[in-house]
Amino acid sequence: MAAKTSTDKASFKPRIAAFVCNWCTYTGADLAGTSRLQMAPNVRIIRLPCTGRIDPLFIIKAFERGADGVIVSGCHPADCHYTSGNYHARRRFAVARDVFGFMGIDPKRITFSWVSASEGGKWAEVVNDTTARVQELGPFSAYREMEARV
Amino acid sequence: MQALQELARKLLTDKTANVVIGWGQGPRGPRPIFVTQPEHADRLIFDTRCVHNLATYLNPRRAHLVPFVKKAVVVKPCDARAVAGLIRETQVKREDVVLIGMRCGGVVRDSDMDGKLTEATVSPRCMDCPDREPKLADHLMGEEASAPPKGKGPDMIAKLDAMSPAERWEFWQKELERCVRCHACREVCPMCFCDRCIADKSMPQWIESSPHPRGNLSWQMTRVMHMAGRCVGCGECTRACPVDIPLGLILRKMTQTVEERFGYRVSDDPTVPAPMGAYRLDDKQEFIL
Ligand code: SF4
Ligand code: SF4
Ligand code: SF4
Repeated sequence: MAAKTSTDKASFKPRIAAFVCNWCTYTGADLAGTSRLQMAPNVRIIRLPCTGRIDPLFIIKAFERGADGVIVSGCHPADCHYTSGNYHARRRFAVARDVFGFMGIDPKRITFSWVSASEGGKWAEVVNDTTARVQELGPFSAYREMEARV
Repeated sequence: MQALQELARKLLTDKTANVVIGWGQGPRGPRPIFVTQPEHADRLIFDTRCVHNLATYLNPRRAHLVPFVKKAVVVKPCDARAVAGLIRETQVKREDVVLIGMRCGGVVRDSDMDGKLTEATVSPRCMDCPDREPKLADHLMGEEASAPPKGKGPDMIAKLDAMSPAERWEFWQKELERCVRCHACREVCPMCFCDRCIADKSMPQWIESSPHPRGNLSWQMTRVMHMAGRCVGCGECTRACPVDIPLGLILRKMTQTVEERFGYRVSDDPTVPAPMGAYRLDDKQEFIL
């Protein structure tokens, strides 16, 4: 994915990868679509069975390959299709957020959310908020600059 | 020391253990030794230069040691925490190990130093160590010890926390660009016990294997994530790193988070559940929309 992202803020179109669970957020995102809600077109959805299946490494990989922001979203607590995947994920991402932040990835580039199958509106909000926030931060050029220095 | 040697001789003679893993004199200070013959028990030593965390030899990944089954290991209080970790995560059966606990007042940074404990020579892992003797032990040896000297150093976690993300990125890039991807940090670690490490998987390849800053960063972020609730802070990875990357700094940051959020403290009690395998319904989630 050779990225030709302009560093010019005005023409910058953030690329955001969204890792979502199959049962809640994916269905919620589908609802947002079928309800014809207006959403920023910057988000690419990657569907997984459960937030418990979302390895923090996915986030790193997305950034490595040129994402400017990442969304991780799944079922609300108590709603997990597999009972407890989201509780495990919550612990894991609490740590990942701190570790990644400590190593220099701005936590503002990562959104974590619970979006249920009926919350199409909330999904649209998450997408729009994240896009606006990342737009404001500008491109995540750190990885591209890394290429230049080696 | 004599008591230790006598005990080892006895354990090997009556076959309570098939090997005693301890420290012996090497060309550059103490080094790990494996004593299998009672008549070699007098090779065992213990002093402030015995820095190695020998619990790593209980890690089932060390295939050459698995056939010994019953192993006796000499442990400092901090090493006992790693043994507890291995028992907690069902990598070792408590009944398969004989733990020879040593009273300890701190060790020096590396085994080739002269052994005099001062603020300047004390190992970073000892600076805040609260335990003078291991609770998880079958035998207790050595003299009553006083607390190790408090080493003084800048609080690097606070220093990095105060930086902007871009500055932190810069800091870690400078460190990680030296990484040669020898994976010594993993090899030495008692708690890295996967048969096949994610760093060795090539289909798909999650972590680039060449020493390039991109894969280097992925590698450390991933390893630290795998160490969440597992790392016992023994500092062996940092000591093993040939290019002196301050790995302990990231691990300490992670350990702080785990402690603050989940109330988990590294201890030598194997019955405390591992925090990343557990959850609470009311775990804090202020970062989730
Ligand atoms: S780095 Fe992770 S995958 Fe590799 S051995 Fe350690 S715990 Fe296992
Ligand atoms: S300090 Fe390093 S070697 Fe020791 S348990 Fe933690 S990760 Fe493993
Ligand atoms: S020991 Fe150091 S150089 Fe080797 S892989 Fe680990 S961090 Fe890199």
